[in-house]
Amino acid sequence: MSLDTVDIAGTTPERVQPFAELGLKPDEYQRIREILGRRPTSSELAMYSVMWSEHCSYKSSKVHLRQFGDKAPKSEALLVGIGENAGVVDVGQGYAVTFKIESHNHPSFVEPYQGAATGVGGIVRDILTMGARPIAVMDPLRFGAADAPDTRRVLTGIVAGIGGYGNCLGLPNIGGEVVFDETYAGNPLVNALCVGVMRHDQIKLAKASGAGNLVVLFGAKTGGDGIGGVSVLASETFGAGGSTKRPSVQVGDPFTEKVLIECSLEIFAEDLVVGIQDLGGAGLSCATSELASAGTGGMRVALDDVPLRDPSLSPEEILMSESQERMCAIVEPSKIARFLEICKKWDVTATVIGEVTDGVRLVITWHGQTIVDVPPRTVAHEGPVYSRPFSKPDYVDRVNAEKLTIPMPKTAAEVRSAVLQLMSSPNMADKSWVTSQYDKYVQGNTIQSQPEDSGMVRIDETTQLGIAISTDANAPWSYLNPYEGAKLALAEAARNIATAGAKPLAVTNCLNFGSPEDPGVMWQFAETVRGLADGCLEMGLPVTGGNVSFYNQTGDVAILPTPVIGVLGVIQDVRTRTPMAFDRPGLDLYLLGETRNDLAGSEWAYMHHQRGGIAPQSDLQHEMRLIDALLEGQSIFEAAHDLSQGGLAASLSEMALRHNIGATVLLEGEIAVELLSETPGRVVVAIDKGDAHALQSIAQKYDIAITKIGVTGGTTLSINDAEIALDDLRSAFVDTIPRLFG
Amino acid sequence: MKIGVVTFPGSLDDRDAARAVRAVGAEAIALWHGDSDLHGVDAVILPGGFSYGDYLRCGAISRFAPVMSSIIEKAKSGMPLLGICNGFQVLCESHLLPGALTRNHALHFLCSDQTLKIENNSTAWTSDYEIGQEIVIPLKNGEGSFQCDDGTLARLEGEGLVVARYVGENPNGSRNLIAGITNARGNIVGLMPHPEHAIDPLTGPSAGGLGFFTSIMSQLVSK
Repeated sequence: MSLDTVDIAGTTPERVQPFAELGLKPDEYQRIREILGRRPTSSELAMYSVMWSEHCSYKSSKVHLRQFGDKAPKSEALLVGIGENAGVVDVGQGYAVTFKIESHNHPSFVEPYQGAATGVGGIVRDILTMGARPIAVMDPLRFGAADAPDTRRVLTGIVAGIGGYGNCLGLPNIGGEVVFDETYAGNPLVNALCVGVMRHDQIKLAKASGAGNLVVLFGAKTGGDGIGGVSVLASETFGAGGSTKRPSVQVGDPFTEKVLIECSLEIFAEDLVVGIQDLGGAGLSCATSELASAGTGGMRVALDDVPLRDPSLSPEEILMSESQERMCAIVEPSKIARFLEICKKWDVTATVIGEVTDGVRLVITWHGQTIVDVPPRTVAHEGPVYSRPFSKPDYVDRVNAEKLTIPMPKTAAEVRSAVLQLMSSPNMADKSWVTSQYDKYVQGNTIQSQPEDSGMVRIDETTQLGIAISTDANAPWSYLNPYEGAKLALAEAARNIATAGAKPLAVTNCLNFGSPEDPGVMWQFAETVRGLADGCLEMGLPVTGGNVSFYNQTGDVAILPTPVIGVLGVIQDVRTRTPMAFDRPGLDLYLLGETRNDLAGSEWAYMHHQRGGIAPQSDLQHEMRLIDALLEGQSIFEAAHDLSQGGLAASLSEMALRHNIGATVLLEGEIAVELLSETPGRVVVAIDKGDAHALQSIAQKYDIAITKIGVTGGTTLSINDAEIALDDLRSAFVDTIPRLFG
Repeated sequence: MKIGVVTFPGSLDDRDAARAVRAVGAEAIALWHGDSDLHGVDAVILPGGFSYGDYLRCGAISRFAPVMSSIIEKAKSGMPLLGICNGFQVLCESHLLPGALTRNHALHFLCSDQTLKIENNSTAWTSDYEIGQEIVIPLKNGEGSFQCDDGTLARLEGEGLVVARYVGENPNGSRNLIAGITNARGNIVGLMPHPEHAIDPLTGPSAGGLGFFTSIMSQLVSK
């Protein structure tokens, strides 16, 4: 193996380099040569190739994502916006909260356990990097058809991986989604959300400034795992014939991460770092170039000082390795002794690998020879940007014109059978087989978790201040109308925290799509971003960050457009929250909001293999009034539950089964529509009879339609003349998932 | 009263155990795995978590921590000691209690609100309960199946050393539904479910776990 240095690169411009194998286009490679004024060294080529990848550079999505900034509503709550590892929101009382979702879709299909586990690990480090103590995780998941053979392999592995990693970190898992749809076969979605809390003055940024400050790598040693494209480089350029095939999926070690979290928090508490960055995608290439780029620009790193698990790694591999549980900090020389002392206490390996310089170049050496000499911004922030062509795909008008032909239950027997069918369908059935594999209690501050509408954790034990988060997506609606689908998912997530009594503050997102090289997919993406940006502006909620996952596609078949939207809210006193279900008989049930015939994209339609029709039209003004009404009425609500997938039938069933208390409901109008339509902007609330007047005046004040639909009590869910024993409903609800996966 | 809570690398429920200690008016003292000084505590709790990642066998490495040699010595002379979840596993690995905790029979992690029946209220940690009292507290582990040989089981049952039993379906395959046991002296208790997560209905399934902490306070105060 011969070392490719900057000197050699300067004198061998003709050397053929494997840029295409590394995923770079000819013009991108040419641009690198122009930036450097010579051919890149193999190490530089490796760095540019990973940093200019779709995953790291957002080159296809950037032109659209700008809207989140351009249309950003004025928000006093936003302390750190898009661009850092995660956005930070002011929740009052001096507390700042940071939260973000990321995808780990492709690795989780290849190796479900480790793919999902390292997805959790990566997002937790993003939150830690902001200076925050991670306090909870959530996992929106999507799988192929529930009864497809591969779903069993993928789901059980992913769930075990999320639990195996998150439980071992001591982070409560407070919610998420489990959705089945055949378009996710081969492309399961593993989106991982983490939320963390800190005081305002503890916020940390990924920035290397101050010449002479030290660059410290700490955490796990660097191994050969997670090297994707670079194994190509290694085998093409060096050691042909004898190269090892290294796994491209990272392997997680949650114990190391747990210790790294505690060690880092102790370091933060003593204010020992100038800047900090975790090592995730693109490893050291990303951390060094981003830190330098965000600072004054100059940094020198001695790559041979990086502690290795595998001493045979080449410099290119070290730069690209995505070994987990590593962090990179910028530390003033006067503080390094204390920094290393804390690392020693926690048995965390920490090594000074370089320093910040007063130059403008990122220089990396290997045993004294320069192998990288680049302007860091060109690696980290000035990658290629594409305005990829997009056009409305043909399917949209075709499916929008389709008329639904689905059974519309009318008689008591049909209604009973429809409710039981609905509640036993994989998408509606009880998910506790999944969620019981996650620790929801650790840290002792969990107020709500699955199956509540949102997750809620207390952040101050004295004042009882808390936060709530919900993640939602409605891919069938996004398929019919991606612009409305994004707005509707935003509205649903906001509503889901307001039902508990939390006020929505900020938004994060994880946008999962097929190939951006397909103009139809690109149109779905563009419409989604436009819808989300417009929706956030209208609702006054800033987008604090997010993640884009493209190429969720097998052959020509892309996943349904799946924008997962997370909304964070604050509640002043968690003791006042409203639970999703009533816990006693004799309460009155009211429906807030109006029901229209919105069966297109509904669960009932999906169960009958129909994807056509027109998605509902969002009415965000109505949603905002509904949220205000929910917050104002919090003190009179004994229970409040959002209506979404499965409509009123699902919400009533879930409420009744939660504490095994039935309800008697009388519905006017077409019973199938009343029960199964998924018209947005609706909530069921339970109140004491004596609070009827108060509810009416709130409804009037906010111009929200209310309908009294029934009373709680008994051992059946009675809907008009249909009687469903709770025992039967429970069997339908709880048996499905264990039968499929247990 | 001072009650120590040990932090091993990988301990998770240490802060929660300390919160429960404070909830009954005792002072919670943080004990560090690498420090054999017990700082004059009157009792010790080994909390839940995955100490040292539980990579060899759960609790197998922790028993060799410097703090454990002091704890084992003191406990043998009567200091009250409670091991919760991973702490119970450490007690078994340390041979302070018999038996072993093995993989749940369903082979995956289980977090649930578990009903327990108190079987012995003469230990330092259960004196505030009635015999036969049922409480609901969280169970959350992957390796909670209590196993021992027939002779040990007969001794545990015969001498009344079973502290608590699971009610209803066996959640993890434990022999005789055993959720917790004690030593003959009653000062050492190992329990798989988590009483520290059931001290307030706001954050747990009930306040049914508080009795473990009020019990030790009564014991220490009356001494």
